[in-house]
Amino acid sequence: MSSTLFRNARLIDPETGRDEKGDLLVENGKIASVGTSLPQPSGEVEIVDCAGACLAPGLVDMRVQLREPGAEHMESIESGATAAAAGGITTLVMLPNTEPVIDDVALVEFIARRSRDVRRTIVRTYAAATKGLGGRELTEMGLLSAAGALAFTDGVKAISDALVMRRALSYARTFDLLLIQHPEEPSLSSSGGMNEGEIATRLGLPGINPVAETIMVERDLRLVEVTGGRYHAAHVTTRGSIEAIRKAKAQGLPVTCDTAPPYFGLNETAVGDYRTFAKLSPPLRSEMDRRAVIEGLQDGTIDAIASDHSPHDQDSKRLPFASAASGIVGLETLLPLSLELFHNGQMTLPKLLKALSRNPARILRLPGGQLQAGTPADLVLFDPDKPWRIKVETFKSKTKNSPFDGRPVQGFVLRTLVSGLTVYRHDG
Amino acid sequence: MTSAEQISFPHRHLLGIEGLKSDEITLLLDRAEGYVDQNRQADKKRSLLRGRTIINLFFENSTRTRTSFELAGKRLGGDVINMSVAASSIKKGETLIDTAMTLTAMHPDVLIVRHPESGAVRLLAEKVDCAVINAGDGSHEHPTQAILDALTIRRRKGKLAGLEVAICGDVLHSRVARSNIALLNTMGARVRVVAPRTLLPAEIGRLGVEVFHNMADGLKGADIVMMLRLQTERMHGSFVPSIREYFHFFGLDYAKLAAAKPDAMVMHPGPMNRGIEIDTVLADDIDRSMIRQQVEMGVAVRMACLDVLTRDLGNGPPIQ
Repeated sequence: MSSTLFRNARLIDPETGRDEKGDLLVENGKIASVGTSLPQPSGEVEIVDCAGACLAPGLVDMRVQLREPGAEHMESIESGATAAAAGGITTLVMLPNTEPVIDDVALVEFIARRSRDVRRTIVRTYAAATKGLGGRELTEMGLLSAAGALAFTDGVKAISDALVMRRALSYARTFDLLLIQHPEEPSLSSSGGMNEGEIATRLGLPGINPVAETIMVERDLRLVEVTGGRYHAAHVTTRGSIEAIRKAKAQGLPVTCDTAPPYFGLNETAVGDYRTFAKLSPPLRSEMDRRAVIEGLQDGTIDAIASDHSPHDQDSKRLPFASAASGIVGLETLLPLSLELFHNGQMTLPKLLKALSRNPARILRLPGGQLQAGTPADLVLFDPDKPWRIKVETFKSKTKNSPFDGRPVQGFVLRTLVSGLTVYRHDG
Repeated sequence: MTSAEQISFPHRHLLGIEGLKSDEITLLLDRAEGYVDQNRQADKKRSLLRGRTIINLFFENSTRTRTSFELAGKRLGGDVINMSVAASSIKKGETLIDTAMTLTAMHPDVLIVRHPESGAVRLLAEKVDCAVINAGDGSHEHPTQAILDALTIRRRKGKLAGLEVAICGDVLHSRVARSNIALLNTMGARVRVVAPRTLLPAEIGRLGVEVFHNMADGLKGADIVMMLRLQTERMHGSFVPSIREYFHFFGLDYAKLAAAKPDAMVMHPGPMNRGIEIDTVLADDIDRSMIRQQVEMGVAVRMACLDVLTRDLGNGPPIQ
């Protein structure tokens, strides 16, 4: 395998906080050395002049829905991995809510094989926590983990039965496995499509009160206390749930959480005139909650930012608001939308990139998120400042359901490498 | 049974191992040894319990334990009656006591009781005026099983003290595990439990056991590996996800047994789920498995229990 020498880069290592000019040499799919004015190695070597652009560990996106197997017309593993590569993501982790549900060893192996065939962003998968996402019977967590499932979750459904959740945490702890919850109490959220409040009232839409999330997080934290199981709350969006997790962390519980760009980039007003592209689950919240999400990211209560990529075709979105599907695509907007926090002066670049790479990798026990010699050369080269406007028609994703269409952003992916191989390069 | 033997068993009932002292357990084991020999003879019958009435009162289905008690009573010359009370036909609490009052009016000498609810046998014992043997109450105790397990081990290993015993599987629902933990601790053995966390009760470590969640660590250096039965209704999702996964991680086969001592022996209280908690070839391997001996010891131990309890009732000939 040939070597690549990146010269004149702004090297950012979220693990160490390093942010300085330098060079980086990739050999045999791994980072060979990092430093200033590295000597050019002998043999065939590609020299890349980064011209001051940022070179950082590739993003690790810990919450992605792909639709293969089952609904490949919305997003296949190939289209998803291609879109992710264009977004600077080098590893993504799929939710198990495909058809069939990923609750069997053979399906975990299928995803791994498809990822190898596609050879772009590495596609890993979670497995279902309960069989068929039915919320009752535990899956074969030990065997599924051995086959490569990174953690266990019922995807976009909450594990709502407290006894099942307790046993799931307890059983998972037997094998030191992670449980990921969609934290929403279904009896409080099932009738609604947007945040409960003035706007929902004016629109005449049933609302979901933020306590639906807070109650579930607080319940789960008590069960974590009892079982000692490792727990991750996905896409937290409310002041109350973030505060609960902050306290749990101070208490030393094995708890982590993530959020997604729409929850710090938008609030409930984006629903505007029944825009179904702004219908998410959990829903976009109030401005107060949006600020709480940013505070959570700033003080480290929220560990990670994930795209929460949820591809839906027009048939699922061009419907009356209450009937429309929830979720937006996010693979190709994860980096520029997250960089708003940097440009707004809310987070430093190393800290922001830590939430996008090192922290999710650490939670999932993956090697990514470091610029250390010997680690896999999963890298993203990006211009942090370049202004552009999001255009959904340029998305490599098969579906275009994004409320961010037309939004001016800064930060542009130039090149993405997985194990030293270029999987995306911006042309021109 | 030599005439010089002194019996000192100060309990009216045998409700559990908890509360028995080591010399009392030793007495039962020594007594049972004699009955092992008796049971291997052509004439197995003695007249020790002649004229005594023993009622097997089973509120839960059982063939093995009931038969074992029945044989024990008959070989000692007693009259044994079997009463099976289907769980669905009784209302709990009040009716249990009604049953006790009815039976006690018939003047039995020993009641042998199995009940699906923990504590039910004790409740019944408080209401009758004969000796009561607990043949298993809920997830609480099954004392004669622990004593027969101890006799099996002692005959094989020559001792109980100092042995490393691993109890593996569904400890949460197991009365056998609780009785064995109590007995083995009392007798100076060291006990570990090995199970997925969903099959272990809270604070099990406080019962004096070391807790493991994988067989490789839990079986390391063990002298005895006791497997527990996994009830069918617990195999499909609520406590463990599947039979396949359970056997893969917690089922005993030769590979997992290799972590134990080379002369480690395997036990199971029965009935076995072959291929779920124990490999079928291993279960039948006479060099490694003591499962058949356990059944044999069961009759002798139950004879010993009937023996000491009826003498202590004071209406039998004292042992000189």
